[in-house]
Amino acid sequence: MKFSYYPGCSLDGSGIEYGMSMERTARILGFELEELEDWNCCGATSGHNTDQLLSLALPARNLAIAEKTGMSMMTPCAACYSRHRHAEHVIQHDPEMKKKIEQVLETELQGTSETVSILDILANKIGTEAIAAKVTNPLTTMKAACYYGCLLVRPVEHTGFDDAEDPQTMDKVMKALGADAIEWSHKTECCGAAMVTSRPDVGNPMLYRVLKDAKESGAECIVTACPLCMLNLDMRQAKIEKQFKEKLDLPVYYVTELLAIACGDDPKTVGIEKHFVEAGKYLQIVKVRAAEAKAAAEKAAAEAAAKAKEKAAAAKDKAAAGKTKAPEKAKSEGDIAEPDPKKVEAFKTALTKNPAKMAAKLVADEAQAGILVSILDEKRIGKLADLMATDMELAKTAAAAFVTEELKRQGECQD
Amino acid sequence: MDMAIKLSPATEEQKKLLAKVEKEAGTSVNLCYQCGKCTAGCPAAFAMDYPPRQVIRLLQLGLIDQALRAESIWICASCETCSARCPRGVDIASLMDTMRRQALKQGKADKRVAAFNKAFLSNVKNFGKTFEAGLLLRYNLTTGQLFKDMELGLPMMIRGKVGVLPERIKAREEMKKIFERAEKLGGDE
Repeated sequence: MKFSYYPGCSLDGSGIEYGMSMERTARILGFELEELEDWNCCGATSGHNTDQLLSLALPARNLAIAEKTGMSMMTPCAACYSRHRHAEHVIQHDPEMKKKIEQVLETELQGTSETVSILDILANKIGTEAIAAKVTNPLTTMKAACYYGCLLVRPVEHTGFDDAEDPQTMDKVMKALGADAIEWSHKTECCGAAMVTSRPDVGNPMLYRVLKDAKESGAECIVTACPLCMLNLDMRQAKIEKQFKEKLDLPVYYVTELLAIACGDDPKTVGIEKHFVEAGKYLQIVKVRAAEAKAAAEKAAAEAAAKAKEKAAAAKDKAAAGKTKAPEKAKSEGDIAEPDPKKVEAFKTALTKNPAKMAAKLVADEAQAGILVSILDEKRIGKLADLMATDMELAKTAAAAFVTEELKRQGECQD
Repeated sequence: MDMAIKLSPATEEQKKLLAKVEKEAGTSVNLCYQCGKCTAGCPAAFAMDYPPRQVIRLLQLGLIDQALRAESIWICASCETCSARCPRGVDIASLMDTMRRQALKQGKADKRVAAFNKAFLSNVKNFGKTFEAGLLLRYNLTTGQLFKDMELGLPMMIRGKVGVLPERIKAREEMKKIFERAEKLGGDE
């Protein structure tokens, strides 16, 4: 898989670690990025605030170069992505404006370019299964608020790779990395964008509301795919804490940084120490907690296996006891000593003809009942029918033991 | 905010201007039935003199001069939430964008925003790319806020987040021509 690559201006400056981790992400997942030849700035907000034609011509010059490569063009920055998608939309749907753009550029446009975002590539073009397969250090126990902001999901007719109100692509990627993607309500609310710089009286409350909702929803960090969102959430967080007198302490990461780290990279190689809110410590905490969780899970699995073995052995003993010591048991408990042959036959027939219904009677869990059905053979049917005719509880224990045995066998096969 | 507005029929000039704004924005204000969904979802409405719904109402009433003078158009962060949620398909964000450009032409723009945009685009015109450090310095100098965000400058440099020299593209002559031709062709309307 190969893409034309439009890094955008901020990846040389404030978004430097986004560029570093983007290159690592491509290397790890095995896709190639070829930087667009002599690309120019998309004009960003200043462009579309000043002159419509110019704001379309600037990205269109890049699109003209990109369409000659025959590859889709990936733009890490959400604003660059939006400007190029917008120009693409106009070129494809507005012939009059397309002609004007061509006059400004003195170039003919085919309208065949396709600008894609990194989230689209990760979640839809590469897929979370392929990502999960590369994970060596899963981010288990990380509680991440996936923050999409505005321009990756809006306007819908220009973006369209994810839901505008409750997008999921980043959540899926984070889950593939082993993290917990928390539910929260501000995942597509505006961070204040340029307002935080030009009009802090407007921008700061907007930024504060995003940070506060992440915190209140149980997030321990925020994940983003936009350099301007990063700048605001990370660099301005200390100022916001001071202004609103509230400790937020939320490290912010690019999704590409976390992907590289979960796939074995040292945090330093993707520039984690360049963040303003201390971001290395939380990764250490997650590492320790992930190791603890792994150890606990392994211990629980071992205990469960031992218990199942014990239970199976006990069931066997009990079943054997039920047969040999039947008269004694009958005396002490008043049970029927010998299984009634007619009843045994009836259970055998029922188990053969209607295994699903009978399995449900023996095993409460639906999935486990299914397993029981799949492993019912003559020998097991005989044993279960015997026990059912004598003592239903014993039959249930034996059925559970069969299922556990099978699950264990399957587990060993997978290993 | 002055809620009482004296209504008088829009002049021919105002009607023409509104039609131009609607065409450029690719939307029609008469589609709006004033439900207020745009304002409800607007993250910046709390700071606006006329929230989005009222800006549209001003346009519907032909009061385009008031709309162009509204502080709201400079408070809009272009987050596109209004357009995404409008049940009538009015592209409010695009209208805000168009009105900002119109206000700029009429000299009604917020001076700080206008200064920033000018500095930004001059970067693009001369180098083909933006140069964040130089841009902020120039913005601070022209707006007389010399020490704005200064406390962030040094930490950014330490983190290697400030380029020392502007990056230049090869096609700088082409960039200048694009700017010139866009200005010439854009002014034809």
